[in-house]
Amino acid sequence: MTAIVTAEGLRKSFARRDPASPPVLDGLDLELEEGAVLALLGPNGAGKTTTVRILTTLLRPDAGRATVAGHDVVRDASRVRELISLTGQQVAVDDKLSGAENLTMMGHLAHLPRRAVRDRVDALLTAFDLADAAGRRVATWSGGMRRRLDLAAGLLTRPRVMFLDEPTTGLDPRSRQALWDVVRGVVADGTSVFLTTQYLEEADRLARRVALVDGGRVVAEGTPAQLKREVGEAGVELVLASPADAALVAPALAVPTPEGARVRVPTDGSVAHVRAVLSAVEATGVVPEHWEVRAPTLDDVFLALTGHAGQERAARPAGVAA
Amino acid sequence: MRYLLRDVTTMSVRGLRLVTRDLDAMITAVVLPVIILLLFVLVFGGAVDIGTGYITYVTPGVILLAAGFGAANTALAVERDMSSGMVERLRSMPVAAWTVLTGHVVASLVKNLASTAIVFGVSILMGFRPEATPWEWLAAVGVILLFVAWITWLAALVGVLVRSPDAAGGFTFGVMFLPYVSSAFVPVETLPTWLRGFAEHQPVTPVIETVRALLSGSAGPGGEAALAVAWCLGLGLVSMVAAGLAFRARR
Ligand SMILES: Nc1ncnc2c1ncn2[C@@H]1O[C@H](COP(=O)(O)OP(=O)(O)O)[C@@H](O)[C@H]1O
Ligand SMILES: [Mg+2]
Repeated sequence: MTAIVTAEGLRKSFARRDPASPPVLDGLDLELEEGAVLALLGPNGAGKTTTVRILTTLLRPDAGRATVAGHDVVRDASRVRELISLTGQQVAVDDKLSGAENLTMMGHLAHLPRRAVRDRVDALLTAFDLADAAGRRVATWSGGMRRRLDLAAGLLTRPRVMFLDEPTTGLDPRSRQALWDVVRGVVADGTSVFLTTQYLEEADRLARRVALVDGGRVVAEGTPAQLKREVGEAGVELVLASPADAALVAPALAVPTPEGARVRVPTDGSVAHVRAVLSAVEATGVVPEHWEVRAPTLDDVFLALTGHAGQERAARPAGVAA
Repeated sequence: MRYLLRDVTTMSVRGLRLVTRDLDAMITAVVLPVIILLLFVLVFGGAVDIGTGYITYVTPGVILLAAGFGAANTALAVERDMSSGMVERLRSMPVAAWTVLTGHVVASLVKNLASTAIVFGVSILMGFRPEATPWEWLAAVGVILLFVAWITWLAALVGVLVRSPDAAGGFTFGVMFLPYVSSAFVPVETLPTWLRGFAEHQPVTPVIETVRALLSGSAGPGGEAALAVAWCLGLGLVSMVAAGLAFRARR
């Protein structure tokens, strides 16, 4: 088990532009194991993009050290660039070119042998289910297709590490699924993936390890299962008509009586358990206004691990590169 | 640097594709210069008396004006690359990312060559009778392209520096100003005194005069031509280096 990406004590501040702003990265440490997927999970403004930009040689850290495959991202930047690919937060493809033209251009820029470009482009278009649209201008493509092309553009050279900055933000559920499949395929081919996301579910589905970032540092790190255990499992949530109703229902479910009208019962999500909970509620004669089984969300994770909601930071003014 | 030539070629192909598929840029390059030419000749042609036919006088100016319009498209295209994530992607790759700028400049040169040919064509249809030898033609087009190269590198610099498409578009006004306050459309002597000094000492005037002299077959080995080339080369190099430095500095 070797680390392909490491970061130690990364610090970055844009204070020169805005003296009042706190540091964006405040001693960030992390490690991506070769062949694995690491998800950097955090709300808007947490410092995810800044971390990716440092690791992909676009930005120098003020302090700290980062390496890719043992090469320092500042001193050996050009060596690092030969080993990585970056698919940034924005889709970076040319709308006026066709899909095939976009990839061919990237193949030449990636300095593939001229004769290999065409085969590689065709293979990627097929693998990413874009072959049918390949001749059409990208401007006419859907958001999901554009994102897949964007990913493909990073794979012409078979990079050792692929950096994906919020690859599914703004995509509909189906395109998101398709993109996850693509990423799984990339990992199966041996590429390590460094992913940032705002979605707990995405981290859960794709990543072997998750690093939770907040305020420019990693506040928790572990497998998705470990993190969720810290937060607590899913729960049956009942919204009742009044606190009085809640006071009737809670004892029947063996949970503490809440202050409001909302009762939460931890569940393993099995049909048997959920049915048992609902039966117990029914037996009290109280009719809930609403109920649902809810998995912990990013907000729950944040609330549990940082003591504040994940959206709090998002309320700060958005920055230039946010 | 082994791949520099290949990178520049790839970027130039990209730049040309982007330009030829950009309806705005194509109208600016193909239709607008012709409209301006017609406008000047048909509307002002009667009013300005400069001895020779006004079409002969005004054709080089229209070509330079068109170059100014076209440069705004270059500034926009560069700004788009800077803010769209394209430059970020290139910077994470083992390519010389600044070649993206040369791609746009090459595209602009080709595009302006086409505009120039179209304007000359229409102008000749309308009665323009240049008396240049093939060598003089070549020299005239060469001077025009030098001018275009300068304006385009300046546009690339603007595209790198600005932080919104609107600001990039504002660049047009700046470069449009130069041909108007020169001998492009009216003799400098007819300008108000306070403008005349500027008009006589800005780059467009010697470029215009040189192209005119070459086309009318009356160019001696003049100081005007040397001045025009010096202006364009000097400003072109400064703009190019400044664009390169700004590109490196902007993160
Ligand atoms: N180039 C920059 N100049 C000034 N502030 C920046 C710059 N880039 C990012 N920031 C600020 O740094 C913070 C973290 O940004 P970012 O790394 O983009 O977060 P995330 O990707 O997690 O949303 C934000 O508050 C943002 O405003
Ligand atoms: Mg971000």
